[in-house]
Amino acid sequence: MSGLYRYDELDRRFLAERVEQFRRQVERRLAGELTEEEFRPLRLMNGLYLQLHAYMLRIAVPYGVLSSAQMRALAAIGRRHDRGYGHFTTRQNLQFNWIKLVDVPEILGALAAVDMHAIQTSGNCIRNVTTDQFAGAAPDEAVDPRVYGEILRQWSTLHPEFTFLPRKFKIAITGSPHDRAALAIHDVALRAKAGADGAVCFEVYVGGGLGRSPFLAKLLNDQVAEQDIIAYLEAVLRIYNQYGRRDNIYKARIKILVHEVGVDKLREQIEAEFDRIRGPKFRLDPEIVETIRAHFAPPPFDTLPAESVAFEQARTADPEFARWCRSNLAPHRQTGYAGVTITLKPTGGIPGDITSEQMEAVADLADRFSFGEVRPSHEQNLIFAHVRKNDLHALWIELRRHDLATANAGLIGDIIACPGLDYCALANARSIPLAQQISERFADLDRQHDIGELKIKMSGCINACGHHHVGHIGILGVDKQGVENYQITIGGDATETAALGQVLGPAVKYDEVTDTVEKLVEFYLEQRRAGERFIDTVARIGVRPFKERVYGSAA
Amino acid sequence: MAVLLKNGQPIPDSWIALDDTEAAVPDGPVIISLERWTRDRAALAGRNAPLGIRLKSHQLAPAIAADLGRFELVMLEFPKFRDGRHFSTARELRERYRYTGEIRATGHVIPDQYLFMTRVGFSSVEVPDGANLESWRLALNEVSVAYQAGVLDDSPLAGLRRKVAL
Repeated sequence: MSGLYRYDELDRRFLAERVEQFRRQVERRLAGELTEEEFRPLRLMNGLYLQLHAYMLRIAVPYGVLSSAQMRALAAIGRRHDRGYGHFTTRQNLQFNWIKLVDVPEILGALAAVDMHAIQTSGNCIRNVTTDQFAGAAPDEAVDPRVYGEILRQWSTLHPEFTFLPRKFKIAITGSPHDRAALAIHDVALRAKAGADGAVCFEVYVGGGLGRSPFLAKLLNDQVAEQDIIAYLEAVLRIYNQYGRRDNIYKARIKILVHEVGVDKLREQIEAEFDRIRGPKFRLDPEIVETIRAHFAPPPFDTLPAESVAFEQARTADPEFARWCRSNLAPHRQTGYAGVTITLKPTGGIPGDITSEQMEAVADLADRFSFGEVRPSHEQNLIFAHVRKNDLHALWIELRRHDLATANAGLIGDIIACPGLDYCALANARSIPLAQQISERFADLDRQHDIGELKIKMSGCINACGHHHVGHIGILGVDKQGVENYQITIGGDATETAALGQVLGPAVKYDEVTDTVEKLVEFYLEQRRAGERFIDTVARIGVRPFKERVYGSAA
Repeated sequence: MAVLLKNGQPIPDSWIALDDTEAAVPDGPVIISLERWTRDRAALAGRNAPLGIRLKSHQLAPAIAADLGRFELVMLEFPKFRDGRHFSTARELRERYRYTGEIRATGHVIPDQYLFMTRVGFSSVEVPDGANLESWRLALNEVSVAYQAGVLDDSPLAGLRRKVAL
């Protein structure tokens, strides 16, 4: 199978040993040899959180690539150990929300059987690396980011020096000029590109992050050679590990170090370290890169004509299919193929949730239509990267049977939301029921298509797992004297034109949020010029007119 | 009393850790704080017995780089096991400053960190009295594959990976 990194004996041995190690850690905790304080980071580094009602296990999907066999294994775990479903997150991972501690070693064993794990999906370490969900398929891609995603997965796995960092550390990577991986909100972001000599090099950004002090990442170096990328990251992490703040959990991310020291001064420190260590030890051998690149060779594409007669006929004959094609297809570099987004955002549904039956259906359809590969996106959807246009109608019919063909990718119903107060111990407010409410309000898909691209992102607390700062409309749950209130921002953007949203006005109550969103949308529809998206109109006329529309002109 | 481990096994400790309030410096190997070294370096430099230095978690490798030739032991203190700064200190001592003496961990450390410690250059660790020494011994062999270069590693087995168990 192409497009997936295939484990060998060594990778499997590592994973088996790691499962055993965690089994013993659980035993030592139960025997009282480890205190809860000591056990906590160990379980977190194995993806195990304690939430409001139960343990949550977050499973790593490195750089967002799953095989159909892995998807079936997840379905089986969901059925056996959860309540028959799972939840895809904004970091391309999958969470089970109803896990028993005693089951965890068995679940980790079941994951290891399909070369999966939950390593470094939490904790103050280098987290699972994320990337562009259309890697290897997007026409604008210069370099395949999965190759480097895998290299970074390996390098960061149980890194002996960087496992007890001041705070979590998230890396995203893309190989395209168009940013589908939300680079600007990551601790470190890499854009792979062809350098002046044609060889692969990287733009390195640092210090992005949301939470209570949101910052967009800043450029650190616009040309780090491929062979130096590990050394460069070692230097970044070493400076952060030594000088990142440890006195205050809210100031411990690297974004605060960048903010307090200044990116220019920090660059000096990092590059001085880099110059010291860039020798042979950390050099990324081109042979290693090529060995890993071979795992991501293009699948055996058919040679197809540019135009698919069957596809065009189906589109003409079936308006519902045509509508789905308008929102849920992505262009493909291979003639006759398209990328497909399966949104996990049915009307009134929970963003990112998927039942075990649906997972199995998706696995079967991936085998039939997309080389056995499924990719969760940071927008909590699933991607079939390579589908023949001839097959799109047949795929759509099958997806529809499983309630997976909602024609709303990138539209107002395609909401990102964190689990919120329904699951999460950190949350101040609910987010899931609110997302469901908004989704119901805009249930009319023709209306959604008329509104066009509009990304709502919602978090139930300041930690911003739902990326509200970079939502076209951002919604943040806050607690005001025990009452759920929601602060609304507009104009945020997570792409290459990244921006933090601006606060619209005073927070609104739970039952006012959907009306407020609708007012914003109506005002946009009145004001927009031809071809303008919601955020384009916000950029042109500013936040103030929107504010006046929502709060009245006295506001 | 703490137990001193090397390669997973208890070994005798010939060093005396000196409190800053103890005025007299005994004969034989002693470990002093960075503060005391800064204050009394003229007197201490004249001793014939081995000298060790102890760094708190915010005192990093560059703070002693110029004097490393004076120290036969560097003791790195973990106030909390989650404070991972000294993983970088040990590595810098070995790789940047080419320090070849003993690097010892002390304070709040847990067996689950032991393999990481050896891989960044620690040579010994003081574990609290009453610790389960079997857990410490096992910790060095629980995971035998590593995916990146440690201080003692040269070339990988395949890809980025290498075998690390003893």
